[in-house]
Parts: sequence; structure tokens; C-alpha cells
Amino acid sequence: MKNKDGISRQIWVFFCSVKLTVYLLVLLAVTSIIGTVVLQNGSPQQYVNLYGEGGYNLIQVFDIDDMYHAWWFLLLLLLLCINITVCSVERLSLLWKTIFPDRVRFNVNRYLTSKSSQTVDSASSVKQLIEPCERWLARKAGPVTRQTDGRTTYLYAEKGRWTRLGVFVVHASVLLLLAGALIGAVFGFKANVRIDEGTQTGRVFESKTRQPMTLDFIIRCNEFEVSFYENGAPEEFRSNLTIIEDGKESLTTDIRVNHPLRYKGINIFQSSYGTASPDTVTMQIVDNQSGEEINRDIRIGETIELPDGAGQFTLQGFLPHFEFQNHDLGETFFGLVALAGKTGFQIGMPMQFPTFDKMRKGRFTFVVTDFEKRYYTGLQVTKDPGVWYVYAGFILMILGCWVTFFMSHQSFLLTLAPRNDGQTRVVLSGKSSRNSRSMTLKIKQMATRLENLLNKGESI
Amino acid sequence: MNSAFALSSTTFLYGLAMVCYVGAFAFKKKMPATAGFYVLVLGLVLNTAGIGLRWVESYQMGIGRAPFSNMYESLVFFSWTMAALYLYVEIKYKEQGFGVFVSPLIFLAIAYASFDPSMSAKINPLIPALKSNWLIAHVVTCFLGYAGFALAFGLSLTYYVKPGKPGQHSIFSRLPDGEVIDELTYQMVVFGFLFLTIGIITGAVWANSAWGKYWSWDPKETWSLITWFVYAIFLHLRLMRGWHGRNLALVSITGFIAVLFTYFGVNFLLSGLHSYG
Repeated sequence: MKNKDGISRQIWVFFCSVKLTVYLLVLLAVTSIIGTVVLQNGSPQQYVNLYGEGGYNLIQVFDIDDMYHAWWFLLLLLLLCINITVCSVERLSLLWKTIFPDRVRFNVNRYLTSKSSQTVDSASSVKQLIEPCERWLARKAGPVTRQTDGRTTYLYAEKGRWTRLGVFVVHASVLLLLAGALIGAVFGFKANVRIDEGTQTGRVFESKTRQPMTLDFIIRCNEFEVSFYENGAPEEFRSNLTIIEDGKESLTTDIRVNHPLRYKGINIFQSSYGTASPDTVTMQIVDNQSGEEINRDIRIGETIELPDGAGQFTLQGFLPHFEFQNHDLGETFFGLVALAGKTGFQIGMPMQFPTFDKMRKGRFTFVVTDFEKRYYTGLQVTKDPGVWYVYAGFILMILGCWVTFFMSHQSFLLTLAPRNDGQTRVVLSGKSSRNSRSMTLKIKQMATRLENLLNKGESI
Repeated sequence: MNSAFALSSTTFLYGLAMVCYVGAFAFKKKMPATAGFYVLVLGLVLNTAGIGLRWVESYQMGIGRAPFSNMYESLVFFSWTMAALYLYVEIKYKEQGFGVFVSPLIFLAIAYASFDPSMSAKINPLIPALKSNWLIAHVVTCFLGYAGFALAFGLSLTYYVKPGKPGQHSIFSRLPDGEVIDELTYQMVVFGFLFLTIGIITGAVWANSAWGKYWSWDPKETWSLITWFVYAIFLHLRLMRGWHGRNLALVSITGFIAVLFTYFGVNFLLSGLHSYG
């Protein structure tokens, strides 16, 4: 039993050290660099291309492809949390009596030896001085405690004892915002969805796994609009959305970047847009043997017969961006050409390059001449029940830092001692829980005011 | 007067102030440093005017936005925050010895903005992601933080330049005492830390309203966190482990390197969401 106590004590002592804090912060700072240099969440192929097979194996072993969620990075954060908790508990239990005393006590000797003490002499007697000094000190610092020791009188006052809690607030805020992040990771989600103008869906896709998820309501995109500045840069992306719940339209609103829709704990953000696949297009098919030209509408997925029983053409689909020999050819339609007695082959018909298919030099040339343009809106759909804990952590962190760095527990002692010549020597001393330099300055300023008060009869 | 003229004059004045401070240091004279102080004050006035005029001009162009949205504007504002903070410290603590290390930083930032040909001074309208009330709060707090760290860096450098006990006629005799440097460095780091904290937080809240995620480990975010870690280490070492002097100055110098990487390195070397400055 004793031995066990020893081990738990040792663990406690291990986590109770600020040295550990410093090492953990150094490790976190250094390892965080990795994720900014090595590609995150890439595909295996990208890693092999960048770092080779061996490099990719190493990346996989240490989860460097998603290093901020890797077990060892989370372990560092966990150790930091334990470290913060243990240190705070230990220090708070040591400081508890100081922060919440039953009765304010003060040790005269600790003030008298202070180098920053200032002396003011007065012609009045101690008895005459006690009352004005007490009033003055009370106004400067708060309720005054009086103590008499023979002929010497001590007046003590203090303020800001509670500011000693500031540092604990800062550390609690770190725990709170990490807890908020954990809640968000466990109970929240982040998903994406593309909705064509005029269509609706209740199914979104989880951002990382691409798994479909069903929402409790349906989102309809009524309209998407993009506007540009004269210099070509985008000015605004706007989606007009309707939320449909239990078959009823419950809300119609615009969303823009920086102006998301928040509906029943789900946030909907404008994140991308593009050209939606149309239903029908207008095509021109030229028979290069006969010079015959066919202009007609054709639906996506429809198969048509080519002239003279030469074969069939199927309009397969549409891509908003078509990557061809490292060039983005933009909006492109695809079709399958099956000439009689031969195997079919696929052709591309980019809207920006109408002569693209002609370069194939086949018997037929296919061009999409026109289609009804519609946009799709790309939405990010998220739920994060932890965000309020994180925000609370943010507020506490700012307040805590302010209190810790710019406020302090200040105490003042006025010593009123009679001199042999009947005059009184008043000594002003002070202590501060931090920044003794500015306290020295403050004592100096206060002593000047006190001198004016006692000797020149100035009002406070 | 227009903003371009005001800001070129600012560049000239900051350069002149630097010459004064360096001259005072090299020739062991007080007078040039005092002159440097007044030149710097004048520079700050014109710098303020330049930023204000740019704001007004954006409204005249029908764009109407705060002048904090690209590399050029951020550098001009960085000079402003450093000059303002330095002048405040010089007045409050009556120390002008370290102006020799800070005035070049003030000049370099605005000179980089003015002279680098790749830096566009054109007032362009805001892209959708930047159209937010958080823009001003985020940029102002971040650059106040950076300014605090820049001054701490200037102060820390004095440790590595100044010999332990400079002779009376040494050019180092006018630099502040070790104890003063130590205290001022701490004050500047505390100032910077508070504002960097607020800067990161305002950025996080903004990101949550623009992209739906308060933290996404974007390189800019991550490097600002790394910087925050380094200064957190500084504060723990000083307050809890009793570090002082040269060793602690090294931590502050490391911190400023992290600041520079967060500011420039991330934009030039890494890719991410934060490509505007």
C-alpha cells in the first residue's frame, strides 16, 4: 500500500512540473511545423509521387497525412491537459488560504524591509494623523485594518486579491476550449453538398469519408448568383435557399460568404459553385463525307442514330471542368460514338473549343452549340455543439490574460511612528503580486500625494 | 495630399529616424537620438494620415473598405503599430537606447511595401471572404501583437550586441541596463501575447462564420499557434523557472523568427486559405 502511494505520488510530482509544461510546449510547437510542410489529407498516389514509397510508408506509420489528429499529437495535447490540471490543483491548494483568507493578516516586517518604501515627515502627532491617513488609504486601496504596537500605528489596506485567480482562469480556458473541440469532434459533423438551381436534397456527404448522411430537413436551392468586379475578381456569391421540414416550407433566405444560415443547430455555408449539368443540349453533327449537317436537341443519356445507318451516338454527360493534357478545358460534354461494326469510343466536346472534335479527323464531327446554363451551389453543412464551449474558452482566456498580466494584488502599509522631536514619521510601503517595478513607481507617486495632503493641507 | 504621397513621405521620415538613432549610437551622442524621436513622431503622423487617406480614397473610388486587406497595406500598418508602440515605450520608460534596433524594423517594413515591385499598392475591392466586420478587429489586434514582439526582439538583440560590462567610452554604454532590457522585453512580450491571443481568437470566430470551422489547421493558423506556443514558453520560463537575460532573450528572438515566418514565410512558401497578407 505504501509502495502504491509512492508510485501515484511520483506520477503526481511528474505532472506537477513546469519543466514538463515547457517540454510539452516545445514538442507541440516543433511537431506542428510538420503538418504545414507535409501535404495533409492527400491521396496515397500524391504521397508516393512526392516522397516515394519509403517516404509514404513512414508517413503512414506516424499518421503524418493527418498529423493534427494523429494519436501521438493528441497524446501530447492530453499530457498538456493533465499537466495543466495537476499544476493548477497543486498551486491553487497552496494559494487557497492566500486568495480566500478567513481574516486579512499582514506581516509588518515584510513591508518595512521593502526597498521601495517612501518616508514623509509631518509636524502633527500620530493621533492627529491616524484619521486623515486612514481616510486617504481607504480611498486609494480599500478597507483599512489598524494595528497598534506600542507607540507605532500601522494602517494596512489592499486591493485586487482576487486577481491571483487570473492565471487559473487562463489555464481553465485552455481546458475548456479543448473540451469544446472534443465535443465538436464527437457529436458534430462537417459535410458538403452540391445542389443544382431549382432542385432540392436532404442528403449531404461527410467531408472526409464522402459517406452520405441524411438531414432532418430538405434544402432547396432556388437560385444561385455570382457577381464580379470590373477587374474580374468575385464580388459576391449568393444562394437563395428554402428549408423544407415535414413537407412544409419553413424558411426561405439568402446566404453569402460570411453570412451563413443557422437552422436548428445546423450551419449552412456558401462554399463553392459551378455550372450544373443541363437536361438537354443543342448539337451540331457534321458528316464530313457527305457534308450533311444535323442540328438537333438531345437529352443527356439519349442515344441517336447517325445518318445512313453509320452507327449511333450517345450523349453521356457533363463536367464543369475537364482536365486534358494538364489544361483545364472548362465545361465539357462527353459522348460515345459507336460506328457500325466497330468498337465504340468516347469523345469530349468542350464548350470553349468548338473545333476540338474536328481535330480527331473522324467521319463525323460533334459539337455542342448551346445548352441551358444553370448553376449549382456548393454548400458546407456543419454541426458543432462544442462551439459554445470554445467561445466561452476564448472569452475566459482574454479576460484571464488581462487580469494576469495587467492587474495585481496590491497591498499598502502606512507606518505612523512618533519621532523624538514630537513630529511624526510616516512610512508608505507597498507590495504587489507582480511587476514590482511599476509598484515602486506607484509608491513614489502616492508618497508625493501624501506629502501634499499632510504638509500642505491639500484635499485628497 | 493623397495617401501615396503621405506614405512615401513616411518611408523617408522613418529612414531618417533610423539614421538618427544609428548615428546617436555610433557617435555616442544624445542629440541625434532626440532628433530621431521627433522625426519618428512626424513619420507616425504622416503614416496615420496615409492610412486614413487610403481609407477615404477607397470610398471615393466607390469601393469603401478598411485599408487592411493585402500585403502592402499590412506592411504599412505594421510600421504604424511598431512606431506607435516604440514611441509609447520611449516616452513612458524614458529609454531611447534601443531605438537603434527598432527604428530599422519600422523603416524596413514600410520600405519593403514601397520598393518591392511585386507589391501592389492598388486599392482593389474586397473578395467575398474578406467582407466581414471581423476584418478590422482581426488585423489590428494581430499587428499590435506583432509590434510587441518586434520591440521585444529589438530589446533582446541588445543582449547579444552589448558586452557584459561596457567601458564608459564604449559605444554600448548608452544602451539600457540589462535589468531594464529584461523588464521591458517582458512587458513587450506580455503586450504582444495578449494581442496575438485576441488576434487568433478573432480570426477563429471569423473563420467560423466564413467557412464553418473555427480551426482548420491552415498553415497560417498553425504558424500563429506555433508563435503563441513559443511566447507561452517564454512566459513560463520567466515567471515559473526564473529565466532571465541572454537565455531568455534567445527565446524571444526565436519567437520573432516564428512571427516573421507566420507573416511572410507562410504566404511565400506554403499554400493555404490566408493568401492575402
